Amino acid sequence: MAFSKILKLILVGAVSLTGLTLGSTTIASAAGGYESDYEMVHKHWHFKGMRGTYDKAAAQRGYQVYREVCSSCHALEQLSFRHLGDKGAPFYNEDYPNPNDNPLIKAFAADWMIQDTDPETGDPIERPGITADKFPAIYPNDSAARGSNGGALPPDLSTIVSARSGGADYLYNLLIAYDSPVPEGMVLSPGTYYNPVMEGGKIAMKAPLSDGQVDYAPVEYMYKGEMKTIPAPEATVEQMSADLTEFLAWSSDPKLEQRKTAGFATMLYLLILCVLLWFSYQRVWRNVKH
Amino acid sequence: MSGHPSTYEPKYAATKWMDQRLPIIRMGADFMSFPSPRNLNYWWTFGGILALCLVSQIITGIILAMHYIPHVDHAFDSVQRIKRDVPFGWLLQPMHAVGASMFFFAVYVHMLRGLYYGSYKAPRELLWIIGCLIYLVMMATGFIGYVLPWGQMSFWGATVITGFFGAVPVVGESLQQWLLGGYAVDNATLTRFFALHYLLPFVIAALVGLHVWALHHVGQNNPIGITPKTKEDTLSFHPFYTVKDGFALCVFFLIFAFFIFYQPDALGHADNYIRADAMKTPPHIVPEWYFLPFYAILRAVPDKLAGILLMVAAIGVLFVLPWLDTSKVRSMRFRPVARRFFYVFIVMCFLLGWCGAETPDNIVPGMKFGDTGLSFYRMSQIATIYYFAFFLVILPILGLTEKPKERPESITKAVLGGHNGAAAPAE
Repeated sequence: MAFSKILKLILVGAVSLTGLTLGSTTIASAAGGYESDYEMVHKHWHFKGMRGTYDKAAAQRGYQVYREVCSSCHALEQLSFRHLGDKGAPFYNEDYPNPNDNPLIKAFAADWMIQDTDPETGDPIERPGITADKFPAIYPNDSAARGSNGGALPPDLSTIVSARSGGADYLYNLLIAYDSPVPEGMVLSPGTYYNPVMEGGKIAMKAPLSDGQVDYAPVEYMYKGEMKTIPAPEATVEQMSADLTEFLAWSSDPKLEQRKTAGFATMLYLLILCVLLWFSYQRVWRNVKH
Repeated sequence: MSGHPSTYEPKYAATKWMDQRLPIIRMGADFMSFPSPRNLNYWWTFGGILALCLVSQIITGIILAMHYIPHVDHAFDSVQRIKRDVPFGWLLQPMHAVGASMFFFAVYVHMLRGLYYGSYKAPRELLWIIGCLIYLVMMATGFIGYVLPWGQMSFWGATVITGFFGAVPVVGESLQQWLLGGYAVDNATLTRFFALHYLLPFVIAALVGLHVWALHHVGQNNPIGITPKTKEDTLSFHPFYTVKDGFALCVFFLIFAFFIFYQPDALGHADNYIRADAMKTPPHIVPEWYFLPFYAILRAVPDKLAGILLMVAAIGVLFVLPWLDTSKVRSMRFRPVARRFFYVFIVMCFLLGWCGAETPDNIVPGMKFGDTGLSFYRMSQIATIYYFAFFLVILPILGLTEKPKERPESITKAVLGGHNGAAAPAE
């Protein structure tokens, strides 16, 4: 009996340990040596939970924000254009199970210029992108990226939500926290800006978003053979930040929907198997006292 | 291979022919009918669970190796490609990464079970030592496996851990360079780590073979630690324990599946989604959770070399445990005092893990007294002292001074309700 109590203790301990590392919501002000009263906003993300999926309309608007704002400095190096039209991706269309056939994806690809080699002359050329291309690098190399950004390297965004321990909430808060008042006594060197969500409170990226920066269009999609329209929301900083976060959460974990669907079936299968094995165990051991 | 008389009778001409030349069917049959104590509880199912963990890691690992590129310029991207483009890569990659955590979780339960029930005592000393060897190779495999994705934590974890070898007197620097294949963690390190990460699981498999062989020679220990005396005390492994292990395995897989499908990153570190960068040190470098207690022991002393020696000793002490514990009573069920020290030992292991995850100079939450308080550094020292004291002081002395409770005469008596009320139901 006592041993099972210990097991409980271990479980409780493990849970509280995870809680300490994952559920921490305070700003790491101690490390930066300043006080901040910024309170993290915890949004309910559509993709959280056992059956959560990406909010496709939000992710589509998020791509627009990325294309029109972020992509001037930040790359999406792990993504190909075709990924945008995959199953579970923001622009998936049932009519085009192969995203390479999807005219929308083709148009997105063609919107970017890709460095290539002329197959006949071998000369370096630029051509419009095709769906099979990867998202191009924004700068030819890290030095060029630093040179254009006052010494700071704009991180790749394709895994950014997974790469921050705060995940989607971290990114969202980072984007909306720019208007927090600068704490007294904080000295900001030229090219650095105050952001309470960033560790140390200083960030080299200027506030990237401002109200009305992008023109949102209504999102149209087919649902059970019917054309549906989601009206365009107002392009506030909060709205754009949330949309962008939704898009980048997808780009960090593009197989989330596939994984959860398979997970549900697997767990159900294992659960039934557990029950059957339990009864088999009872049956096999029925005459054995133990 | 097994220590019990064979009951296998070949029935057909072909099996008779086979039996005279290579009695492999006999070996399998004897394995399945191996007499196992009838009172084994669920803590005994972790051996089978571990075997399945190893198989799962090897299968997923071999497929991942077909798509992974061990090169500093491609390793990170190839893992991303596996997760995004390789068919079922989104399943295989977390199966392997989460699988490592599950493997270590199971091995810790297995080891603590051995510790509690005295499974290391005569005649099982070698069985225990082989198990410790398996754990040691597992640690090496797990550590170098974490380097392969070539994220920030891979790189800096490798830099920190291999850096400790540099503290070894005289040969330290050469040893470190020999390990890394250069002056720093780089491509030569990655390629040799990949080669070793492919090799070591098969070393583990061979050691598991020896472990099972030794087990079948001496027989399983059991919750009351009394050696089976009559046929009544045991049951055939199949179907009794195949079905019990099968049920436990299925429950274990449920937990495993939950992490794979719903929390694939919960046991890892966010920094490993950032490509390794030799010019940028992450603010907090921590190893995987299953190394945290040893990491805390390593940092519990200010001297680098002493830290390494302590960490090596923390694992080394397990090897000599059969001769440190002086008690003749195997199971702690009959050792009320030792049992309490054992529970404290588990708590201390968790505290060490916590210390390993935190910055040493930080104050433990709720332990701030005025201007000072209990730092994680101090807490790791306290827990480290207890860790060693448990093996080197408490167990040797307790064995001589503790008065064990009265033990039942046999397993069957205990199960059917012996005179001393030791008929504990399977815990």
